[in-house]
Amino acid sequence: MHRRLASMRKSLLDQGFLDEQFIQLEELQDDSNPNFVEEIAASYYRDSARQMLNIDQALDKFPLDFTKLDNLMHQFKGSSSSIGAKKVKNESTQFQEYCRAGNAEGCRRTYRQLKKEYATLKKKLEAYFQLARQAGPLETASRPK
Amino acid sequence: MHISNCQLTKSRPTMSTSSGSADDDQFPVGLRVLVVDDDPTCLMILYKMLLSCRYNATKCNRADVALSLLREKKSGFDIVLSDVHMPDMDGFKLLENIGLEMDLPVIMMSADDSKNVVMKGVTHGACDYLIKPVRIEALKNIWQHVVRKKKRENKDFEQSGSVEDGDRQQKTPDDADYSSSANEGSWRSSKRRKDEEDDTEERDDTSSQKKPRVVWSVDLHKQFVAAVNQLGIDKAFPKKILELMNVPGITRENVASHLQKYRIYLRRLSGQHQSGLSNSFMGSQEAPFGSMPSFNGLELQALAASGHISAQSLATLQAAAHGRSTTNSALSPLVDQRNLFSFESPKLHFGEGQQQICNNSTQMNLLHGIPANMEPKQLVANSVGGMMQGSRSNPLMVQMAQPYSRSQNESIGNYASRLPSTVGQPILSNGIANGVLGRSGLVENVGPVYNQVSQPSSIVDFSASRSEDLSGTGFSIGGSSVNSLISPKGVIQGDDSMEVKELRGEGASSDIFSDLHRHKSQDMSSRNVGLTFDVSQNMNVRGNPDVSSFLVQQSYLANQDTVNCWSSATGKELFSRGEERARSNEPITSQQLNARHTDDSFRLKAENFPETSNQNTLLPGHYDQEDLMSAIFKQQQGVENEFGFDGYSMDHLSA
Repeated sequence: MHRRLASMRKSLLDQGFLDEQFIQLEELQDDSNPNFVEEIAASYYRDSARQMLNIDQALDKFPLDFTKLDNLMHQFKGSSSSIGAKKVKNESTQFQEYCRAGNAEGCRRTYRQLKKEYATLKKKLEAYFQLARQAGPLETASRPK
Repeated sequence: MHISNCQLTKSRPTMSTSSGSADDDQFPVGLRVLVVDDDPTCLMILYKMLLSCRYNATKCNRADVALSLLREKKSGFDIVLSDVHMPDMDGFKLLENIGLEMDLPVIMMSADDSKNVVMKGVTHGACDYLIKPVRIEALKNIWQHVVRKKKRENKDFEQSGSVEDGDRQQKTPDDADYSSSANEGSWRSSKRRKDEEDDTEERDDTSSQKKPRVVWSVDLHKQFVAAVNQLGIDKAFPKKILELMNVPGITRENVASHLQKYRIYLRRLSGQHQSGLSNSFMGSQEAPFGSMPSFNGLELQALAASGHISAQSLATLQAAAHGRSTTNSALSPLVDQRNLFSFESPKLHFGEGQQQICNNSTQMNLLHGIPANMEPKQLVANSVGGMMQGSRSNPLMVQMAQPYSRSQNESIGNYASRLPSTVGQPILSNGIANGVLGRSGLVENVGPVYNQVSQPSSIVDFSASRSEDLSGTGFSIGGSSVNSLISPKGVIQGDDSMEVKELRGEGASSDIFSDLHRHKSQDMSSRNVGLTFDVSQNMNVRGNPDVSSFLVQQSYLANQDTVNCWSSATGKELFSRGEERARSNEPITSQQLNARHTDDSFRLKAENFPETSNQNTLLPGHYDQEDLMSAIFKQQQGVENEFGFDGYSMDHLSA
């Protein structure tokens, strides 16, 4: 079971969905907090959903307020990077660049892409955590305590 | 990475890293950390990481709540970690408040790693700047800021009357009274530590008399303010102020540097805004005080105020900074806080900008370091520290800023060079304190400076021409913007024989150092030290200006001549290197640097100190320069490994 989990984790990392930060989170997990990473991910999805709503609203305005969008995305990026959502983070960065360039089309395009990545990651993480729960808390981050 | 079955042991910082046993064997276990972040996910993660480091962590998601928590238990926390972007209060504002009220080390965090922001952190006095996502390794080392700060404070108190120590002129008890009770305003308290040390010594009182320091007591300051108000802030020139004050025992230089600081302080009060430096600096050579419009606002001013950067430099820096990116006015706030009044500003005019201070980004370090580190000393007054952000406090910056009242300190240039080093390396991200510069105060700063700045381009804009005194504190060499390092073109005016030996770039370093030492005592009194470095081009002070400024300031303080030469050379070296380096990010490096710098800086200090006999040395003076320089070099050497100060043979630099 943990082998499967490990290989899933590895694949997520290799494919660039997650980065080193995720591993750091796993390392923080311990007996006293066996589902720490999953809780963090849940918290992330809650907050980021709200943030994305704000971005959606801001993108609906005309003309676009790039500064505001940049700031909103900055927050989103911070959250995403803290859980190690690599691809999502990259899209955020791209989005911010378009904001600074005042490129509305670029922003929207990137944002669409970002949403896709976000949704993909969410699904993958759900599968991952499901497996992790089955494998047992100690397996997720095999660390001697 | 193979998590599966690996033995991933949680790192327990306490066990391995507690070097300190400063407090007890367990240190830093139980370090009381307050973490503030509006993002609940980030907050939770940080909190957990801190717990895993065995710190005594408290989490808080609002800045106002954090502030009240801190107020409730004045000494209930050792260090604060705060996010930059928060809805209810700007992280920098919180940083300032904490610095002023509680004087705790504060580390800023953000996903934003742009130089400007980092610089801002530095100038606002953050002792480090971490880029998100924050790794646990970075958190493991935050205790160093606490130790550093404590050390600095201790130093202040220890020294009582021995000028030798350099930065801190001990008179802490007296000084402390002045500073802390002064309550002139926040500037007082912010400076308190630093000022105490530096300023406290009355010129006549200083035991060693090597560098007499003027203590700006409450009364004295009141007289000063009265005189300034009478003249009008814009027309308040040191000479006139001096006349109006009619206080024996202080020189124009003292007043000048004090005025610089005061200006910075005022600016800060009226709202800091980052405005590119370029505006007034550019040419204002002469009004050291006034001319520093804002290096990003107060930053430059702070730098200038710190006394070291002559108006010119500031201008240049500003201009430079402007060119690239506006430096975050981090500098000024920092400076204000700490050394508001340590105007020592020898002006260093840096000529040709060759030096590229490229501090791109992490100039923050510089600043950070300063405020934090500097505290005790006046030197720190330059608290440029703000500039340094990054991991380690940017003591460098601060140090540089220290206003040397000596007119001689033109040598700011030297310091300037140091700054670049701080530019450094991305250390910021890891939060390495850049406390680089500054010996007593400086030293600490120096370290951080480096760390933070990923790109060491510190702009060393020292306007050497300080005839009057003050050199702009404004330098904020900070970040990358300072591209034009000060390339001392040669000694500029100055009556003294500045040995500015052709400040050429790197090669000069060795010369400079020797000069520095030699010249320390020289002509301190001569005012215009002729080093005018034309900071050419881009003094992108922005990022690094803080650093630079501090450095510069430092240089000023120390030896006019020597420093100048030195700094310029070094500065260049440093800065250019910095640019290349641009992000080496290694938090570790910064740490190392800091350590190194500290050593150096301290050493330097001692050396420099004795020299300034002539001027009223507000600042511990000399050594600052050296410290800075060494610090810078060290950093450079250490950190980047590439900086390669090959040319510099700094004895203290442990290459």
